[in-house]
Amino acid sequence: MFAYIVRRLFLMLVTLFGISVIIFVLLRVVPGNIVDILFDAAGFVDPADKANLERELGLSQPIVIQYLHWIGGLLHGDLGYSYVSEKPALEEILPRIPITARLAGLALLFSASIGIPLGVISAVHQGSKLDYALRVVSLSGLSLPSFWLGLLILMASVSLFGTMPIFNPNPKTWLEALTIYAVPAMAVGFRSAALTMRITRSSMLEILRQDYIRTARAKGASEASVNYHHALKNAVLPVITVIGIEAAFLIGGLIVTETVFNIPGIARFLVEALRWRDYPIVQNLVMFIAVVVVVVNFIVDMLYAAIDPRIRFGD
Amino acid sequence: MRSVQALAVAVLSVLTISDVSRAAEPKSGGIFRIYHRDSPGSASIHEGATYSVNIPFMPIFNNLVIFDQHIAQNSASTIRPELAESWAWSGDNKTLTFKLRKDVKWHDGKPFTAADVKCTFDMLMGKSQQKFRQNPRKSWYDQVDEVTTNGDYEASFKLKRPQPALLSLLASGYSPVYPCHVSPAEMRTKPVGTGPFKFVEFKANESIKLTKNPDYFKKGLPYLDGIEFTIIPNRSTAILGFVSGKFDMTFPTEVSIPLLKDVKSQDPTAVCVVEPNNVSTNIIINSTAPPFNNLDIRRALALALDRKAFIQIMFEGQGDIGGTMEPAPDGLWAMPKDMLESIPGYGPDVEKNREEARKLMQKAGYGPDKHLQIKVSTRNIAVYRDPAIILIDQIKSIYIDAELDVVDTAQWFPKIARKDYSLGLNLTGNAVDEPDQSFYENYACGSERNYTNYCNKDIEKLFDQQSEETNLDKRKKLVWEIDKKLQEDVARPIIFHARTGTCWKPYVKNVTIMSNSSYNGYRYEDVWLDK
Repeated sequence: MFAYIVRRLFLMLVTLFGISVIIFVLLRVVPGNIVDILFDAAGFVDPADKANLERELGLSQPIVIQYLHWIGGLLHGDLGYSYVSEKPALEEILPRIPITARLAGLALLFSASIGIPLGVISAVHQGSKLDYALRVVSLSGLSLPSFWLGLLILMASVSLFGTMPIFNPNPKTWLEALTIYAVPAMAVGFRSAALTMRITRSSMLEILRQDYIRTARAKGASEASVNYHHALKNAVLPVITVIGIEAAFLIGGLIVTETVFNIPGIARFLVEALRWRDYPIVQNLVMFIAVVVVVVNFIVDMLYAAIDPRIRFGD
Repeated sequence: MRSVQALAVAVLSVLTISDVSRAAEPKSGGIFRIYHRDSPGSASIHEGATYSVNIPFMPIFNNLVIFDQHIAQNSASTIRPELAESWAWSGDNKTLTFKLRKDVKWHDGKPFTAADVKCTFDMLMGKSQQKFRQNPRKSWYDQVDEVTTNGDYEASFKLKRPQPALLSLLASGYSPVYPCHVSPAEMRTKPVGTGPFKFVEFKANESIKLTKNPDYFKKGLPYLDGIEFTIIPNRSTAILGFVSGKFDMTFPTEVSIPLLKDVKSQDPTAVCVVEPNNVSTNIIINSTAPPFNNLDIRRALALALDRKAFIQIMFEGQGDIGGTMEPAPDGLWAMPKDMLESIPGYGPDVEKNREEARKLMQKAGYGPDKHLQIKVSTRNIAVYRDPAIILIDQIKSIYIDAELDVVDTAQWFPKIARKDYSLGLNLTGNAVDEPDQSFYENYACGSERNYTNYCNKDIEKLFDQQSEETNLDKRKKLVWEIDKKLQEDVARPIIFHARTGTCWKPYVKNVTIMSNSSYNGYRYEDVWLDK
């Protein structure tokens, strides 16, 4: 087990190094930089002014030097300065992380707490009206784009309640605080919940047909015990895998949701930074997201062992 | 009984009248909440080239002079003193002298003096040690030889030749006075001004907050405690926010005509105005390479345009047809209608124009059996993309098959600089309704925004001639002549001038949207909230 963890940690470092090279090179391969953008609206300004600014921002240096400069700074905790706001990148990124983390956490919680129970119910009542209804709900969850769902929620709340749950950094009541996170989390988590539900359902259906389930029933175990203790425990492994993958994919959904609900989190910030070709922000944010994804994957792998004793690492 | 009724009516009438008069009496207090369409690149107006910077940061500053904030049509006659108490031209019209106010302080407590005026304009002219990161309006001051001071409270602009337009340029929202003692870098992040509101914070992609300046030199102003801009790039969310009461006003001149209908249907109490914004949608042509190096094809293109159709489709009829200068009645320098209609392609008979265009195309070797294949390049933004699609449809009628080539904003100007396009659809905004600004910026040989590198030395002489002319009527005639020539030269065919909407809640008082510029009307010092 120890050897496995060490190997995984080493692989994590290699992965992160690869990601850092890929993001760094890709950003510079994409045409246009911050100087082009700053100068474009102003028209054709003196090329010497442009060259000066490129020199000032370090963009005229060879790409390898730029990379080493960034990685060296990163290892020392210096993330550089945002080209746009001219503030330290860390100062720009840090306050936004908790906002997105709360939103992502709530979305995953919503996804798991809705998706798993409904998946079990759907499997247990396979072929019933309830099963069909739940499958329609899950299908709609997979088909509705989250930006559309978000806008629909906003329009409905304006038309029904005369207000809308857009972001407020200083909510006056706990209800407002809950609303500004819970509603967007539901909008972004709906698709994820639908996927979790479908995976739970198919996994449960497979498990419920196993011999040991029949044995449990023959031994007189209650339906609840059969479904939740014997079946779900074994069916949950692929569900955890999916939730782990969804955690990584969530950032894509959050970009749209943060835009629609006007939440100043890292996902929307990343898109804006890309639009401005604000390299220090984009590079560091992507690295941060990469670290989160790699760590989540690592945790999921560790959870396998904890949940299913048949799985053994190492040796 | 009758007398009691009469008394009651009288009392009610008095109460109503007193209510009205109270409503008209400005109230102090409250935070003015506006949504912002995007996150500005910086807080420095002098380094910005979009009104995304002007609108939130103009309340922080003062100019030497400013266009009257409550007269929608900016003109020389609506210029008012601000940091200057008065101004005077010398006898030869080559020196403009400002007497400055003595009771003005910067937000950090330091006194405002003539040295600040000199610093600001020296930096704009590129003469100072400190430099702006970018200086998009340097050409505005091409005719200024030097700025001199006489003591702490007098500053003079010495010109190379007379330029009556200078005063209008100085009255624009793009011409605030900056403090000498604050660096350009600090002005981009934490601007210091003398204006009615002080800078509090600018969180990129989130919000911009300003607070009342209690030491503002205009006693009793501002009325508001502060202004808050929430940055909401998603237009649907922003409009819903306004309708639901989260904001007191929409982002100025940003509500499209179809959206305006939505706003009015969802919030019938909203006060909405539609004004021209002095932004023209035009075609940029690469005349240095085939096929548009052929003047006949350029002329055919200009003849093929059905401008009314553009306006009908995009603005439900609420747009204007004109040349380079903003059309009348809001534009001050527009050609008379008969003169405009005498320009090829502007005549009312579109089919006749197109017939002529087809003949020119056939002369150039194209026809029903041999269509010209081109790409129409434009930025990947709706206000650019939509008219480009209509343009592609219209030029089919003159044997041109075009394909839409949408270009990322970061690549748009580099692509044009490389001449890597044949036809482009472009938007040109004018900060001041003033020929000097429009002609020199967009059409002078080698100027900053002359994207097509159009260069006609004869017309350029006329630019100087009109610029020096102090007789308004004579100048107008020269401007019309130039504008007509620019259109006939197919320098940058103007398709239409847009009109856009702004809405605010009925309790917002004293907001005026300018009708011939989108850059000059956001000081907000006497805006108040009646609630």
